[in-house]
Amino acid sequence: MADVLLHAKGLCKSFGALQVCRNFDLSIESGELHALIGPNGAGKTTAMNLLTGLIAPDSGVLFLNGNDITKTSIHKRAQLGLARVFQVTSLFNDFSVQENLMLAVQAQQKTGARFWMNATRDRKLMASTDEYVERMGLTERATVLAGNLSHGERRQLEMGMALATKPAMLLLDEPMAGLGPGGTLKLCELIEGLKGEVTILLVEHDTHAVFALADRISVLVQGEVIATDAPQQIKQNILVQEAYLGGS
Amino acid sequence: MFNRKTILNGIGLLFFLLLPPFTQIFGQEYLLSLFSRILIYGLAAASLDLIIGYGGMVSLGHAVFMGIGGYSVGILAFHSYESSSILSWPFVLGGTENAFLAWPFAILVAGIFGLITGAICLRTKGMHFIMITLAFAQMAYYFFVSLTKFGGSDGLSLYNRNTLPTLDLGSDVTFYYLCLAILVIFLIIAHRLVGSHFGRVVSACRENEQRVQVLGFASYRYKLVCYTFSAATAGLAGALLINQSEFISPGLMHWTKSGELMVMVLLGGMGTLTGPVLGAATLLLMEDFLAMYTEHWMIILGPFLIIVVLFAKRGLYGLLTETGGTNG
Repeated sequence: MADVLLHAKGLCKSFGALQVCRNFDLSIESGELHALIGPNGAGKTTAMNLLTGLIAPDSGVLFLNGNDITKTSIHKRAQLGLARVFQVTSLFNDFSVQENLMLAVQAQQKTGARFWMNATRDRKLMASTDEYVERMGLTERATVLAGNLSHGERRQLEMGMALATKPAMLLLDEPMAGLGPGGTLKLCELIEGLKGEVTILLVEHDTHAVFALADRISVLVQGEVIATDAPQQIKQNILVQEAYLGGS
Repeated sequence: MFNRKTILNGIGLLFFLLLPPFTQIFGQEYLLSLFSRILIYGLAAASLDLIIGYGGMVSLGHAVFMGIGGYSVGILAFHSYESSSILSWPFVLGGTENAFLAWPFAILVAGIFGLITGAICLRTKGMHFIMITLAFAQMAYYFFVSLTKFGGSDGLSLYNRNTLPTLDLGSDVTFYYLCLAILVIFLIIAHRLVGSHFGRVVSACRENEQRVQVLGFASYRYKLVCYTFSAATAGLAGALLINQSEFISPGLMHWTKSGELMVMVLLGGMGTLTGPVLGAATLLLMEDFLAMYTEHWMIILGPFLIIVVLFAKRGLYGLLTETGGTNG
């Protein structure tokens, strides 16, 4: 068995009387593309927020690379290699495409504290930034403000920013949401190209994309993981069919 | 490479440089003290712009740092006249009138006050941040009102300006040029800061702080450094102001003064650094000019401010420098 990179054990979270996550168990192996699926309201986004630290669990533990990160702050987790792509695109709208990526590269190169040199004269920073601009296919849009990009381009940029921090683990929160067929295809190719380079946890509604891309799939129903297996086995799993696939 | 900003900044600098000879030729020396005040308030407003315009931290207590800087200088001078010491334990701290000692001291005290209050204020955001900065400012205001040893609400006077080894600060022209030099140096430093790696992280916090954290930056520390730097600069402005008017009172720390600084930033242009200096000049000149005709000069200023804020996104500075139709 390969090394476990991210391991969640018994994470629980309630908002008032509503228990959104109960005994959330998940272990993601190094290098795999692991998908998390589940019907609406199953607690997928809450689970993501627990993993990135935007909200704190009521109980349970979380390990990254064997280190307990349950109580680690958001920015420390990011420094440890946990990068997230948001469901609702979250960019710096008044910054251009290039400036957005610069910031992510800065985070990776740990140069945020430099306060005298103009950042655009930092060759190492700019070279690395341009590389990601190109890789995300945004070269022609480099100087456009993020707020003026199309939905698909925003997704691409978001992905680029997560990648530019050179994460050990990439959390993709519904990257296909709201994309047209063309955009979905483009993004699928992009994710396919990342397989092997970085460990990915993909939370996605689009089951076609999930079954095509994932190495393993976990199914979340009412805040609980009811099955984790390879795509074919998940398709045949009776429990899963009842809870999720049966409805669609 | 001459864009409109460079030209406007150049004209502004030239104007300020040439002003003293002209005021003497035309016998309008009083203008010099007005323009010294414009430079000083410009420094304070530009430092406020650093946190409002770039960091997105809307503070309604910025004047308190000016007050603290001013009182630091005032209290040092007071003890120097009395030849008494401010502190006798754990170390002896005597009074001084030397600007080389008093001004850095003012910067230090204002900076420390900024660091401590900032550490608390920055745990909140938006409206809460505005209210808590206001609360700290009012606390300091009432503290100095009740400090009867240093004049209480009547304020504290300097017998003369601070001294410097080679410069005669008592001369209005020398003092004016010193203020101008300090302002220009600050604007250069702030300009470098804003374009640097650090400045980009701070600007990004204004846009979306949580995203900055998810990228792996400890946003709180970046904002706190920015806030402290801004507070220290306002402290220097306060030290200059007490020297300019040779008087300080708690009124300088009242929240309405902080409001005035904010008006200067909005009027001149948020996030432009040089804009707030223009804003300070506009506000103080309008006040001076209109007050000659009516004591209700605010009636004219108010609508003027509303028009500028509504129709000029980046204030007067933006109106003068932006050609329109471009973004970024």
